[in-house]
Amino acid sequence: MIELFGIGVSLQPLWLTLKVAALTTLILLLLGTPLAWWLARMQSSFKIVLEALVALPLVLPPTVLGFYLLIALNPDGPLTQALRLFGFEGQLTFSLTGLVIGSVFYSLPFAVQPLMHAFEALPTRLLDAAATLRAGVLDRFFTVVLPLARRGFLVAMTLTFAHTVGEFGVVLMVGGNIPDATRMVSIAIFDHVESLEYAEAHLLSGMMLVFSVVVLTLVYGLNRRFAVKVG
Amino acid sequence: MLKGHLTLRQGRFLLDAGPFEIDTRGVTVLFGRSGSGKSTLLRAITGLDRHARGQLEFHGERWQDGAWQLPTQRRDIGFVFQDAALFPHLSVRGNLDYALRRAPLSPIPPGGGGAGGEGGRRALPFDLVTLAARVGIADKLDRDVLSLSGGERQRVAIARALLSRPRLLCMDEPLSALDWRAKAELLRLIDELAREVGVPILYITHAPIEVERLADRVVFMADGRIEHIETLREALARPDSPLFDEEGPVSVLEGETGATDEDGLTPFGNDRVRLRLTGGCARGSRATRLRILARDVSLSLDDPARISILNHLPVTVERIDPEHEGRVTVACRLADGQLLLAEITAYSLRRLGLHAGAAAYALIKSVVLMD
Repeated sequence: MIELFGIGVSLQPLWLTLKVAALTTLILLLLGTPLAWWLARMQSSFKIVLEALVALPLVLPPTVLGFYLLIALNPDGPLTQALRLFGFEGQLTFSLTGLVIGSVFYSLPFAVQPLMHAFEALPTRLLDAAATLRAGVLDRFFTVVLPLARRGFLVAMTLTFAHTVGEFGVVLMVGGNIPDATRMVSIAIFDHVESLEYAEAHLLSGMMLVFSVVVLTLVYGLNRRFAVKVG
Repeated sequence: MLKGHLTLRQGRFLLDAGPFEIDTRGVTVLFGRSGSGKSTLLRAITGLDRHARGQLEFHGERWQDGAWQLPTQRRDIGFVFQDAALFPHLSVRGNLDYALRRAPLSPIPPGGGGAGGEGGRRALPFDLVTLAARVGIADKLDRDVLSLSGGERQRVAIARALLSRPRLLCMDEPLSALDWRAKAELLRLIDELAREVGVPILYITHAPIEVERLADRVVFMADGRIEHIETLREALARPDSPLFDEEGPVSVLEGETGATDEDGLTPFGNDRVRLRLTGGCARGSRATRLRILARDVSLSLDDPARISILNHLPVTVERIDPEHEGRVTVACRLADGQLLLAEITAYSLRRLGLHAGAAAYALIKSVVLMD
């Protein structure tokens, strides 16, 4: 608990939210990049189905996604049991792990779609040219793909992070609302409003507002500096 | 030596090349119309298309075996793309550096990849700055590649490809996007570099004039197949040569350009065949090839003295091709053994009584020095 403007409020939900959002962004960057690359280069008609699957969290009510995840991740479910064989203790639901898993699924399209579009816009012959100059696969990725698709990466990271910060339904279903453990900021604000603690709700909401404006300004600034002409 | 058999399906198009065996020394031109499969074959040879199937060997080194492919980056090739394909996020120097940093440091020792000669890697006689100067971009090293003209971009692309020290340099219609002046300048540059650097070149074009200028060897392609692999000389000796589709039969004479004489004429040829050329372009030229359209060559039974045509060469008629729309092409042997084609009317042929083995004089109305 801290006191700000004479209002006592726990900042724990804020830190947890940032932590979950940062972890989710990192994981989606690692998983989303190869997935987006594969989808961007895919020529089979199966691509449409995969694209639809990736976009699913955009249209599915978060509670539906959260519900299925809750079923899949439950302590007696096959996934948790399988992990127990490898010495995993604790549980996937109602924990930080659960929050991150839920967020990864929920924010998947926000990472994959911008990356996919950036990769599709990348001229193939530049990669061919790099290969003829003896650059291997990873070399090509870091020296050609990354610099030319950096706007896509920036957009993907920002959207993933921001979207995770703002989520409500999935984290409520998978994480529960355990104070100091899985209570994220959006749920905390909801709780304060429910209990008619408007001052606390104002404080947290105001902080989120300032945080969002600062982040977006930074991103737009970077985006301008990152402008890459492809001619 | 490039040897193999490659197939590659792209939608409804099927490339089925081979079995082929190409001696890659010097400049080998892949020639054919658009859609004949030249680019597809080159992509299969370079490993840029993953769907290629078959067998491919370069100097005994396996590049393709069934569906297995040696990755492009390990094939020791350089590639100049039609649109240069420079990296837009790097400067001119950055693009050249990209190649240099990945190039092998020392030449492959004899025995380690084709002993010495053709298959071996030659030491590049240039460092980055010298090569940039050689291709004419020395003052553009720090420029943004997008600010360059089409011709300048291709110069950078050529320098970049050479700096990676390839054992085989592939060029896919490198001049097609350029205006005529840039085309002429680059054609000369490529011709000179091919001789100076000595790297084998595989060059794609559909322009006969580029073939006649550069080729030592021509691979003719049509409908996804290799139709002929022959030397330029053989390709020009054949009456049905695809090189003649555009402007009719053409001869290419090889020789050396001499110093301009007091009449303002520049000699070209050798000690047995001698032509005299006019025009400023001939002066100080180092050109070694002359292009003569058969329709600019007339035949005469004796050497006319009172005539404005400058070049009269004694020839022996070697072959008379079948009549076509009242005209015939007569293949004539020059004193030094080179072939010169003359296109005359069938009526004149009968009137002069020309036959294989007959002696005559070829009167050459105009020539183009390939410079």
